[in-house]
Amino acid sequence: MFYREAGQFKTSYAADQQVFPILQDRIGVAVILGVAIFVVPFVANDFFLSAIAIPFLILALATIGLNVLTGYAGQLSLGTGGFMGVGAYACYKLTTIFPDVPIVVHVLLSGFAAAGIGMIFGLPSLRIKGLYLAVTTLAAQFFLEWCFIRIPWLYNYNASGAIEVPGRDLFGTMVTGASAGSVPRYFTVLAIVILLTVLVKNLLRGRIGRQWMMIRDMDIAAELMGVRPLYAKLSAFAVSSYLCGVAGAMFVFFYLGAAEPSAFSITLSFQVLFMAILGGLGSLVGCFFGAAFIWALPIILRAGPPLIGIPIAAETAFHITSMIVGALIVAFLILEPHGLARLWQIGKEKLRVWPFPYA
Amino acid sequence: MRLKSLIAGGILAAMASTAALPVFAEDSVYVPLFSYRTGPFAGSGIPIANGMSDYLTMLNERDGGINGVRIAIEECETGYDTQKGVECYEQVKAKNPLVISPYSTGITLQVIPKAGVDKIPVLSMAYGLSAAAVGNVFPWVFNPPATYWDGASAIVADIARREGGLESLKGKKIGYIYLDAGYGKEAIPLLEDFSRQYGFELTLYPVPGKEMQNQSSQWLNVRRDRPDYMIMWGWGAMNPTAVKEAVKIRYPMDKFYGVWWSGGNDDAAAGGEDAKGYRTLNFHGVGSDYPVIQDIKKYVVDAGKSQVDPAKFADNLYNRGVYNSMLIAEGIRRAQELTGKKVIDATDMRVGLENLNVDEARLKEMGMEGFAGTLKLSCADHSGHHQVYVVEWDGKDWQKSGDWFSPMTEVVRPMLEKAAEEYKAANAPWPERTEPCLSN
Repeated sequence: MFYREAGQFKTSYAADQQVFPILQDRIGVAVILGVAIFVVPFVANDFFLSAIAIPFLILALATIGLNVLTGYAGQLSLGTGGFMGVGAYACYKLTTIFPDVPIVVHVLLSGFAAAGIGMIFGLPSLRIKGLYLAVTTLAAQFFLEWCFIRIPWLYNYNASGAIEVPGRDLFGTMVTGASAGSVPRYFTVLAIVILLTVLVKNLLRGRIGRQWMMIRDMDIAAELMGVRPLYAKLSAFAVSSYLCGVAGAMFVFFYLGAAEPSAFSITLSFQVLFMAILGGLGSLVGCFFGAAFIWALPIILRAGPPLIGIPIAAETAFHITSMIVGALIVAFLILEPHGLARLWQIGKEKLRVWPFPYA
Repeated sequence: MRLKSLIAGGILAAMASTAALPVFAEDSVYVPLFSYRTGPFAGSGIPIANGMSDYLTMLNERDGGINGVRIAIEECETGYDTQKGVECYEQVKAKNPLVISPYSTGITLQVIPKAGVDKIPVLSMAYGLSAAAVGNVFPWVFNPPATYWDGASAIVADIARREGGLESLKGKKIGYIYLDAGYGKEAIPLLEDFSRQYGFELTLYPVPGKEMQNQSSQWLNVRRDRPDYMIMWGWGAMNPTAVKEAVKIRYPMDKFYGVWWSGGNDDAAAGGEDAKGYRTLNFHGVGSDYPVIQDIKKYVVDAGKSQVDPAKFADNLYNRGVYNSMLIAEGIRRAQELTGKKVIDATDMRVGLENLNVDEARLKEMGMEGFAGTLKLSCADHSGHHQVYVVEWDGKDWQKSGDWFSPMTEVVRPMLEKAAEEYKAANAPWPERTEPCLSN
């Protein structure tokens, strides 16, 4: 009933090729965007925006980055945290060298630095696959982290070894630094995430995205059909690292406010990998589901028990959270290996025939 | 189906949790304590967290709070992770905290720029950004009783005392082994400056956070370089490992100095009898022979309101937690005195901390006679550059070795001012101080 497509005829190529061919999807996306733009910033408090919404959006973008590489192009990567770090440090260098250029430009440019590094570390993917490739990207992670600690130029010879975000404004409103309110930061992040998501969506639908998927599904067959693995794999690494780099720059500039190299440790790589797997590999909407699940769950678990009157000590909550999140991930992957995106798909199919369970 | 309801429940809970925040009683003030009882730094984190929360609990139990105002204490677990620390900061910010005690240099560095904007004072007791001692640049940050740079200068001063004056440092070799993070790097600029000034050679041995428990390569280098003295800036699992390794390569332990954060009982105990002679700085009393510690025992520990393991009660780091909470409590008391209000807010707290004056009489009143030195802060000086002393490990416990002495404040202070200016320039536009200076 809710998703019945009866009567929706496509009479032109444009209508057939649009991003959301089903009317209900278009309405749904419009509603979600409307809520994200017009409701959330005005209703939500500072804590929700700064500690939940902003990091959720940023991590969703990082997950999209990883998903492009792992979900769509089939190249397993464990270097996400490192690539995010490249973006963050590049953005820091850019904005300290050119303080007058709008910060959003720097954020978008810093992704190219990450893309370059990503392509270099993507070169082994031409020879090796699967777990072996995962190990080389792991090497990238460690190497990059080492660079962040050991190359003082990257953090402007700062005594503390951390990068501190200077205040920058956009159209007269502070969007980075301590005096930036959560609402302007939220809007900036939201705008960048929407822009890049739309770009990626279209990239995936087109020639390049289809090449990636062919490489993922069977690289030899793809090669026989005229896909050049060099271009396909390296472009996947470039796009993926670009998105991760932008996400990393935003992570520091719009969320953390300052970062030590440890912020981009292997933990972050794993966190993003969990988001991608749990959300559903090879699905854009899954990236958002996964990011929301992994990011919000610990916060809910920590805030939940005291709310319903169960006092627990801070560290107990911490231990319990680790256990529950771990158990949920295992349970989830057993029950639904294709992630939250697949659940959503099943839900949609059920809604299509609702209220009848058959047909 | 069950999964779906689970997800729906989760979403509902999320909405509820952000909508409703705990409500505290009218006549109480909210003091969040950032703690880490988990993670690789828990070894140093647990005793401090216990000391911090037990002292405030004791005030609530014994006196009904401070001047009748109860302290609502809440711990936020950071795991010494800066990202979680920022999350904790955002979380507690919504509940109008009086003061943030980040209890990690990394987290302190992150919250310093935020604090001035959100108008929440940051108390980083003897850690964090050394330059924050310059109150005119950092009106919202406090690092009593001494900065890292004071600590480093105090160690150099003590070495010089043993060698017979600062001139004798010429040609000596001093090794610096440190946690390769904001915390460990904080003292390097000062030591480098000193090595130029006094002519000693400084060798650096960084220990990456991940490799804290595997320092054999660093100590191999120490064995090769044979520095005359070693200074350690370690924390958490790094300390006991370093002490063990130093024992293993037979480094003369009485020439091995730790900063105050490298002086946990468990840290030195890792080296056992052989670690005898290991020295660290300290700025408060050790052991339980103080009325205040006895009160904590009576009202909190014996009453079963503490998480502390009785065997570890009143050890060095526990007492440091007590000292940290004493600073918070005294800040509140001073703010009440100055504003005439009973229930103060964060802006009052800032004024209270800035005018903190813990004199001998007050120490005696608190049952802390001999536990700590006097401390006086001012608008320009947010650190106090308190005196310190050296404790020595006797194989079982810390023993006071030598008297209280001053860090080389006259050398350090101009360097701090310079560093503060540099910080200001690097973080431009850094807001000028607008808070009036309350003198009394």
